Amino acid sequence: MTSSTIKSHISIKDLNMHYGKNHALKNISINIPDKKLTAIIGPSGCGKTTLLKTFNRLIENVDGTNITGEVLVDGENIYGKNADVTNIRKKMGLLNQRPTPLPMSIYDNIAFGMSIHGIKQKGVLNEKVEHFLRVASLWDEVKDRLHSPAARLSIGQQQRLCLARGLAVEPEIILGDEPTSALDPISTKHIEQKFVELKEQYTIVMVTHILRQARRIADYVIFMYLGEIIEHGPTEMVLGNPQHQLTKDYVGGAIS
Amino acid sequence: MPKEINDDDIQNITENIDELEITAVSTQQSTPLVKTGSNPLRVILDGFMGKVVKAMTIFSLLLLVLIIIGLVLKSIPVLKDNPLSTLLFSSQWSPFKGEFGFLPFILSTVYVTLIAAVIAIPLSLFTAIYLSEYANKRFLKYAAPMLDILGGIPSVIYGIWGVLLIVPFVRDDFSAWLGVDSVSGYSILSGGVVLAVMVFPVVVQIVYEVLKTVPHELREATLSLGATKWETIKKVVIKRASPGIIAACILGFSRAFGETIAVLMVVGNVVQIPKGIFDEGYPIPALIANNYGEMMSIPMYDSALMFAALILLVIVLVFNVYARWVLNRIEKSIK
Repeated sequence: MTSSTIKSHISIKDLNMHYGKNHALKNISINIPDKKLTAIIGPSGCGKTTLLKTFNRLIENVDGTNITGEVLVDGENIYGKNADVTNIRKKMGLLNQRPTPLPMSIYDNIAFGMSIHGIKQKGVLNEKVEHFLRVASLWDEVKDRLHSPAARLSIGQQQRLCLARGLAVEPEIILGDEPTSALDPISTKHIEQKFVELKEQYTIVMVTHILRQARRIADYVIFMYLGEIIEHGPTEMVLGNPQHQLTKDYVGGAIS
Repeated sequence: MPKEINDDDIQNITENIDELEITAVSTQQSTPLVKTGSNPLRVILDGFMGKVVKAMTIFSLLLLVLIIIGLVLKSIPVLKDNPLSTLLFSSQWSPFKGEFGFLPFILSTVYVTLIAAVIAIPLSLFTAIYLSEYANKRFLKYAAPMLDILGGIPSVIYGIWGVLLIVPFVRDDFSAWLGVDSVSGYSILSGGVVLAVMVFPVVVQIVYEVLKTVPHELREATLSLGATKWETIKKVVIKRASPGIIAACILGFSRAFGETIAVLMVVGNVVQIPKGIFDEGYPIPALIANNYGEMMSIPMYDSALMFAALILLVIVLVFNVYARWVLNRIEKSIK
């Protein structure tokens, strides 16, 4: 397969981001492979999360950020003048470090996204809520208490609820910002399994600080250091046979 | 929080264990800096301070009980002479004849506070939302101290401002705009407006703090579903913050019921049941403040004024209890 035949949902060109005087992202240019699981790794504060949040323009909600360059999603520059930001965000489901259930019932957490995008018929909503809860393997655990507050679920269940909620607006891409870092090992395994299943249909990009997690589930790895992409490529190449000295140090545990 | 342990962590832990062993050895060799064995004075002081803080707390709580007991005792004479229903639901007010009907005062108090709430709650809510969700840091740097000052202005200044500005505005402009004529301007509307302006900075500040406690990630999660900023604020941020917002309003309006001087200056102080927003009213705090000087010269008048104070206290208590009940219900629906 030549590089031109690899389709990519997200394609970044010369992206620079300044946060005040801090040059947080430096000349980022990369294509994120379609229907693959890409892991962004690197030491704390290297810009992993910042890069992830430029994909759906959440980063601009932070005061004092200045972005130049292009992020193309399905060929459209999301930082262009006519970009419809809600539509761009709808294309990407987001999982945060800690689960963020909305302050409403389990049912409404899933139905919320669909209803703001115009699906109002009760029958359709019921059907879709069940479907997406099943996709996230949560249906059997919550089917008897769909109308109790989502905050009463365990942390692991909340994270699967957030996954179902993100999928319910029918995105093409799933973004994960260390989505398992607050979870216990079993819940972590649940989410990892889901990610592996879902990459058949979705492009998944996740930030992780756990190298073993990247080894376990990622197809493709991006290593960042101090706001720059140092090395990227298939997982076995970047983690198994790193070319750059910084990557070698990080993978070997010398920098963390 | 359970967390995956990676290779680095294990390495760190082993390093730490090595260090621990080294320190353990060195402690044994050096002479201890802190004397072991307890100092009896410290133990006594510890127990003593625990009792002191408890006593102080009980004393401050006792104040509420003492105030209520005092008011009830002083109200007994007027309660003996008049049935409770007459006192609460009659509008006959002639202290010289011994007729004490408190209805005009009760309703004036409630109306003025209601008008203030109708004006101040949306104003406070929208201002707090702007400051918390939209304003940049530079704007906040100037707005925050201005709100502080607004909240710290003595109420008599608000009163004068009301007399000089709000009363003429209500008399000349607002009444003409609504097609009502021959009004004095001294009215429950003027009282409500002045009260709203006084309550507003306090409520804004608390609501702002409450909105700031809503996690940033919750906003991001909602936005990432494709919600607009306003949808996010309306359906998620406010909902999450609603118990705190209600608590802010309770706090603001508990004070508003009792606000005296500024309202007294603009409300007209006529004993009547206000029929419209341009009518004069006579809230309970104004009644007490205007008449406490002569309360000893008319029989039963002192007891009647104490009973007025008791009514005010009961209104505030009922309002608080009801609002907290609402608050609990909302909290249960989201937690």
